[in-house]
Amino acid sequence: MELVTPSLGLIFWTTLAFVVLLFLLKKFAWKPILEAVNERGEKIEGALLAAEKAKEEMAELNAKNDEMRKVALAERDALMKEAREMRADMIADAKVKAGTEADSMLASARETISQEKAAAQGEIKTQVANLSIAIAEKLVKGELSTDDKQKALVDNLVNDVNLN
Amino acid sequence: MFKKANLLTVIFTIGILIVNATEPVSLDVHSEVEKSKSYDPVPMIMHHIADAHEVHFWGEGEKAVSIPLPVLLWTKNGLVTFMASEFHHDDHGHHVVEKDGLKFVKSHEKIYYANETADSHGSYVSHDEKGASINAKPIDLSITKSVVGIFITMLILLVVFGSVAKSYKSNGGVPRRLTGWMEPLVVFVKDDIAKANIGEAKYKKFVPFLLSIFFFILVLNLLGLTPLGFNVTGNIAVTFVLAVISLIVTLKSANKNYWSHIFNPPVPLALKPIMIPIEIVGVFTKPFALMIRLFANITAGHIVILSLISLIFVAQAGAGTGMAWGISPVAFALTLFIFVLEVLVAFLQAYIFTLLTALFVGMSVEEHH
Repeated sequence: MELVTPSLGLIFWTTLAFVVLLFLLKKFAWKPILEAVNERGEKIEGALLAAEKAKEEMAELNAKNDEMRKVALAERDALMKEAREMRADMIADAKVKAGTEADSMLASARETISQEKAAAQGEIKTQVANLSIAIAEKLVKGELSTDDKQKALVDNLVNDVNLN
Repeated sequence: MFKKANLLTVIFTIGILIVNATEPVSLDVHSEVEKSKSYDPVPMIMHHIADAHEVHFWGEGEKAVSIPLPVLLWTKNGLVTFMASEFHHDDHGHHVVEKDGLKFVKSHEKIYYANETADSHGSYVSHDEKGASINAKPIDLSITKSVVGIFITMLILLVVFGSVAKSYKSNGGVPRRLTGWMEPLVVFVKDDIAKANIGEAKYKKFVPFLLSIFFFILVLNLLGLTPLGFNVTGNIAVTFVLAVISLIVTLKSANKNYWSHIFNPPVPLALKPIMIPIEIVGVFTKPFALMIRLFANITAGHIVILSLISLIFVAQAGAGTGMAWGISPVAFALTLFIFVLEVLVAFLQAYIFTLLTALFVGMSVEEHH
């Protein structure tokens, strides 16, 4: 049948046209188009990768920041704690020290007082003795005009002294 | 955008209506004489889907308005060329053209060596009892209507994709306007046809070929829907060439695995004498199916549209002009519907042809697994 009988002329021209078209399109159209499309695809892929990487870096940075903040906070807390402890220690120390000092001062004061007291007592004794002697002298001078009297007095005095 | 497409479709359809409406006024002289009260649309339809030596617009006989195309004949005396207008729009073997001492006549768009004398109908072509011409024919290498369609397609493709290729350079790789429309198609063929069927490793080599064949068929299919009435991809010679090219590409890239599958199929020895011929036939049935599928789909679409238009003239011949007017809206609506369907088919067939070619190539380069 006519409809399904390929005509030679059309076969010839179709073959020629398609081969020429294939060659021309390949060289002047498909190659640059596919190159452009591929290039753009790679560019987009690269940009996406870079964005992803930046995001990761950002996350990493954030994590690092968080970590650093945490460390800083911990450090601050530790410092504060230490300071507080130190203060408490210092206060306690000072208290103890002040206590001992006060004690030692009291002790030395007491000692001084007792020494002073002893010295004062000694002096008073000496003075009383001297005064007694002076009084005795005067009395003796008056009383001891006779030997008997002198003797009686001495005895008397000696007894008194012993009693003291 | 959709509105625009609709408008175009309507314009195209009206165009077809105009072109076709003027056509059947005078048809085959014989059939008109024989059946005066009925109209046979077959000759008109066959005439429209067949190749021609002129691009016909309207009018019949000497009053026809058409662009004559060059006739190139390889004859007994070498190459003979003249314009188809020298036949004076005769297509029944009546008008003899004498060139280089040889006489030619044209009958049903085929060129024959003319008989010495005319028969009773005035035809210089002899017919057998079935009505087929039995005269000798020179080898006809004429630039026919289909060849013109192919050249127009070439021009369109080169201009469109040439400018698309250039636009990438000037726009720094950003697709704009025409490029924005074409790139999705190109990427579709590249990724969803080539890469999907041939495989990541080997598809790149075949992309230019697949793109070329896809757009070649697509533009020819769409060209066939214009009122100029080209029926190029509905011509068996064209689909034959495309199928043969598809076969050649498939066989050229075929690897050892492919050949061993044909000549040493993995079946028991006793089955081999049966399987080997089947496999060999299978190599050829695939492109054969490609050829028939494209040809039949496009031709069928044209025949359906022309038949629906013919309804009007059948009605006119059978029941008068009133009936013809009455049936016009129905015929028009149906034509419009089929026309829209044909636009879909134009894309679909281009896609299927390319997809199957890619599939066959994929099979021929597949590694053993």
